[in-house]
Amino acid sequence: MTVPDHTEGEPLLRIAGLSKRFGAFAALSDVSLDLTAGEFVCLLGPSGCGKSTLLRLVAGFETPTSGTIMLGSEDLAALPPHRRPVNMMFQFYALFPHMSVGRNIAYGLKGMGMGRTAVADRVAELLRLLRLDGFEGRAPDTLSGGQRQRVALARALAREPKVLLLDEPLGALDRSLREETQGELRALQRRLGTSFVVVTHDAGEAMTMADRIAVMNQGRLVQIGDAASLYERPASRFIAGLLGDVNLIEGRIAGPAAGAIQAVETGFGRIEAATERSWGLGEAVAIGIRPERVTLVAGAAALEGRITERTYLGDRLRYRVTMADGTILRASVLSSGHALSPGDPVGVAFAPDAIAILPP
Amino acid sequence: MSLFSRAALGLGLLFLYAPIAALVVYSFNASALVTVWGGFSLKWYGILFQDGPLLAAALISLRVALASALIATLLGTLAALALGRSGRFLGRLLFTGLVYAPMVMPEVVTGLSLLLLFVGLGLDRGVGTIVIAHATLATGFVAVVVLARLRVLDQSLEEAAADLGAGPFRVLATVTLPLLAPAIAAGFLLAFTLSLDDLVVASFVSGPGATTLPMRLYSQVRLGVNPEINAASTLIVALVTVIALSASWLMARHQYR
Repeated sequence: MTVPDHTEGEPLLRIAGLSKRFGAFAALSDVSLDLTAGEFVCLLGPSGCGKSTLLRLVAGFETPTSGTIMLGSEDLAALPPHRRPVNMMFQFYALFPHMSVGRNIAYGLKGMGMGRTAVADRVAELLRLLRLDGFEGRAPDTLSGGQRQRVALARALAREPKVLLLDEPLGALDRSLREETQGELRALQRRLGTSFVVVTHDAGEAMTMADRIAVMNQGRLVQIGDAASLYERPASRFIAGLLGDVNLIEGRIAGPAAGAIQAVETGFGRIEAATERSWGLGEAVAIGIRPERVTLVAGAAALEGRITERTYLGDRLRYRVTMADGTILRASVLSSGHALSPGDPVGVAFAPDAIAILPP
Repeated sequence: MSLFSRAALGLGLLFLYAPIAALVVYSFNASALVTVWGGFSLKWYGILFQDGPLLAAALISLRVALASALIATLLGTLAALALGRSGRFLGRLLFTGLVYAPMVMPEVVTGLSLLLLFVGLGLDRGVGTIVIAHATLATGFVAVVVLARLRVLDQSLEEAAADLGAGPFRVLATVTLPLLAPAIAAGFLLAFTLSLDDLVVASFVSGPGATTLPMRLYSQVRLGVNPEINAASTLIVALVTVIALSASWLMARHQYR
């Protein structure tokens, strides 16, 4: 997988050819990823895709089978976890239950050669930064989920790591708190300028927070890019489906149309799609089109179908359109316009740049 | 609870505790005859606390229990850490078996084999050998209790400590051991009671001048049971009960999620 050069200057963290096997199981296969200073990267994928393993390799809790992890000019693979200048926020926070909030946050500062007052000042600063004033003496199990999450974040940030690794940082929060915290986390990262690597299985969360999203599947990094490029130009059906709702239609390459436009023959007619790579004539492909990029036109059109279902979603209307060959397309349109009813004949049109040609 | 369940529970408890209840009741018997009730009296407790050899034996027992429990706690905790936190190492299964084996070994066998060892080594038998024997007996129990807690201890806590710059020793001292403390204390109390109770192993490995309380009581009983023995036994039961309850309270408290 080639990584688009998104970086300015030297990357801060450079992961190259990283693999990890547990016996016969390949948890991670040949993953390469560069991270610039101050960047916010999300590792996105279903459970078991290797994203947590990647994080644990960087933190030092697992040893790679092969590959390198460089931070600046330092090879992290040679260092035990407690000597690595990265910190991790654990999925269920892993707060020390026998220590107060203040002692949890101060834990990483001891042994750094800081004086007592310097430690106290830093703890106070972190408590303020994460709106935890007054909680210093509390025990972790007397805190709410959101407060525990902020204590874990404060503790992980205490040593001012160059890279902060966050394993499902919002996974244990309820939905409303989660959305609020996404924004806070992003703002905090911006303010501190620390590089964040966040593991998540929630595409919406990744799209909200990340500068770049690295999509992982079955131990491999399958695509990396910003939210828009992944959403608009996914590299596979898996990525297209992971990032949002998508119509996937089987077809064959019917030949180039104008310029970088390819024609694809599907069961209900010929569709033109913009593509950057070349495809062989007659090659089996799938085309992916987002429901909001399906244009419905009244009257005659090249592609015709019939509305079979309409769902009102407030701001949007969702239609199911059955095409001539029985293919069902989902279309999502703003509900302010004229509403079509089930049974209405309808023309369907797609802009070529709204369509992604994908391997079958 | 159905009538049958109540009856079954009652019978079970009666079976288990009737002998002890009888012992306790007769320790307050004014009569010198063990089986004839002659009214309530504390006189046997008075006699008990005048009985020099018996008190000396009790003191030896307490010292042996304390020393052997300390040794067993140290070794058992180390064994549990090795079994629970060192990953897979060569001979791990064998080591696990070796730690558990003394628990199921017949005491006569343990006692005899220790005796042969001490004789072979030319060790003078006495309080020291009883301490060693009891430590051997109890180490496995401590290991089991500590290991049970270690298995449910969230390993990410230790990882978090390492991640925050703590080396292996600091992780152990500031995170692992404090969180294991209730289990270690419970293991200590268990080892203490095991030593206090033991007659068989102690009889094998003791020497002149090292008579523990159970040995003393047993030899007195052979000359005939008197209510003083009942009083001493009642005190032992009370002590063991307090210790056992403390141990289970320690294990139940801070139940780690």
